[in-house]
Amino acid sequence: MNYSRIAIIALGAAMTASLVAAPVDEKLVIDGELEMTTRAPSSDGHPLPEVISGWHYRTESTRALEADTFENPGMLGIEQGEEIWNTVEGSEGKSCASCHQDAADSMAGLGAIYPKWHEASGKPINIELQINACRVNNMGAEAYKFDKSGQKPLTAYIKHQSLGEPVKVNLEEGDMQAWWERGKEMYYKRTGQLNLSCASCHEKNNGKYIRADHLSQGNVNGFPTYRLKQGNLISLHNRFRGCIRDTRAEYPAAFSDDLMALEVYTTWRGQGLSVETPAVRQ
Amino acid sequence: MRKIVSTAVIALGMTGLAVSTVASADMTAPQDVKIENLAISAPLTGAPGNVEEGKNVFANRKLGNCLACHANSDMSDQLFHGEVGPSLDGAGTRWKPEVLRTIVVNAKAVFSDETVMPGFYSLDVGEDVRKDLIGKTILTAQQVEDLVAYLSTLK
Ligand code: HEC
Ligand code: HEC
Repeated sequence: MNYSRIAIIALGAAMTASLVAAPVDEKLVIDGELEMTTRAPSSDGHPLPEVISGWHYRTESTRALEADTFENPGMLGIEQGEEIWNTVEGSEGKSCASCHQDAADSMAGLGAIYPKWHEASGKPINIELQINACRVNNMGAEAYKFDKSGQKPLTAYIKHQSLGEPVKVNLEEGDMQAWWERGKEMYYKRTGQLNLSCASCHEKNNGKYIRADHLSQGNVNGFPTYRLKQGNLISLHNRFRGCIRDTRAEYPAAFSDDLMALEVYTTWRGQGLSVETPAVRQ
Repeated sequence: MRKIVSTAVIALGMTGLAVSTVASADMTAPQDVKIENLAISAPLTGAPGNVEEGKNVFANRKLGNCLACHANSDMSDQLFHGEVGPSLDGAGTRWKPEVLRTIVVNAKAVFSDETVMPGFYSLDVGEDVRKDLIGKTILTAQQVEDLVAYLSTLK
């Protein structure tokens, strides 16, 4: 008993002295022109003093890829997205451009304020679901299945039109506050055989390495992101599911109420950071 | 199983070998583990922990994956030691084996409910556990004993 007490004291001392691999202190400027906000004061009620983009936690070479449009492999997805934007599909003979013309104008800033309240469904809506609503209601086309067909590139293309804009969610509209609460519960819920929550890794331990991975705050401002490991664009709900699966838990369906709530809450947590789509991560 | 064991006891009489055979059939289930004063004094199995096996359980990503969170100089040949928990250098000096056993079985019982260290031989786990893992522990009783033997060598 005595022995253990001493050990606990020793452990406390060791922990306070332990070094944390800090996020790098550098600036992300895309193509030497567009300066991104990758650190921002956090919103009222946020548990962390400052919100920091996942970019700061990546290696030098990964960071460099994101800073250069020609080098960023995610830009191929943006080009695909642009093509889809202009492609007619469905029984109405329309493309996205038929209604919204030039995305650089009509979509500018929009990606920064999603998810937002959607009166018609009485729920929050994200870009992916907005695309599906347009396809079904305005184009006479089928909804994209999760992560299939053009969903990732088109979502990335639309978000990319807000590159550099600070993320901001409006919690005043509709029931957004209640969805935020539900998302917060999800964020702190410990799941799976490993018994970890989002906060276990991204709030308590960001800045530390978990084996080879440098833990970030888990911010969502770069999605869809290009992941070098997968060599592809990765959607936000795919990332959520992956992180939950890693706790050895069953994970909710993409666009389920649980994951929409989590999207609302995590978007709020990263509020103030620039939209980085397509961010490059490892 | 019981039958086979008692036959073995009769056949081998009172030799030491027979005793350990009986005890190893006698493995403590996770819900029966007794923690007193932070310690689990009785080994979870009759077979003594194997240091080499424990080393493997420690490093293997599919088993303990302890290196994910803990640095350990004894394994400097392995790439990537985590930083989420403290370095385990000297853990065998800081803690007696009975407490190391508790830390591995259910770290919450030694630290606090807030600890992020998983309970490796506990059914006190998170919500929505993957269906095929319900009622199962991360490690077996023997793997816990092997780990305790290994951790005790970290002086
Ligand atoms: C066992 C640890 C762990 C848990 C639990 C966990 N994550 Fe992660 N997460 C990671 C790692 C490792 C990465 C990749 C490195 C990084 O960006 O932090 C990551 C990345 C992310 C990213 C991408 C960040 C970026 O900049 O691209 C998001 C978003 C994220 N996690 C959200 C979550 C959410 C939400 C939860 C809970 C549902 C969660 N994570 C639970 C380990 C975890
Ligand atoms: C997800 C992270 C995580 C994993 C995986 C993990 N631990 Fe820990 N461990 C911790 C943390 C954090 C602490 C410190 C106690 C606290 O603050 O809750 C700790 C503390 C300990 C201690 C006491 C520390 C000391 O040196 O005094 C030991 C021993 C230990 N862990 C062993 C293990 C072993 C063995 C494994 C694998 C079977 C393991 N841990 C897996 C996070 C982890």
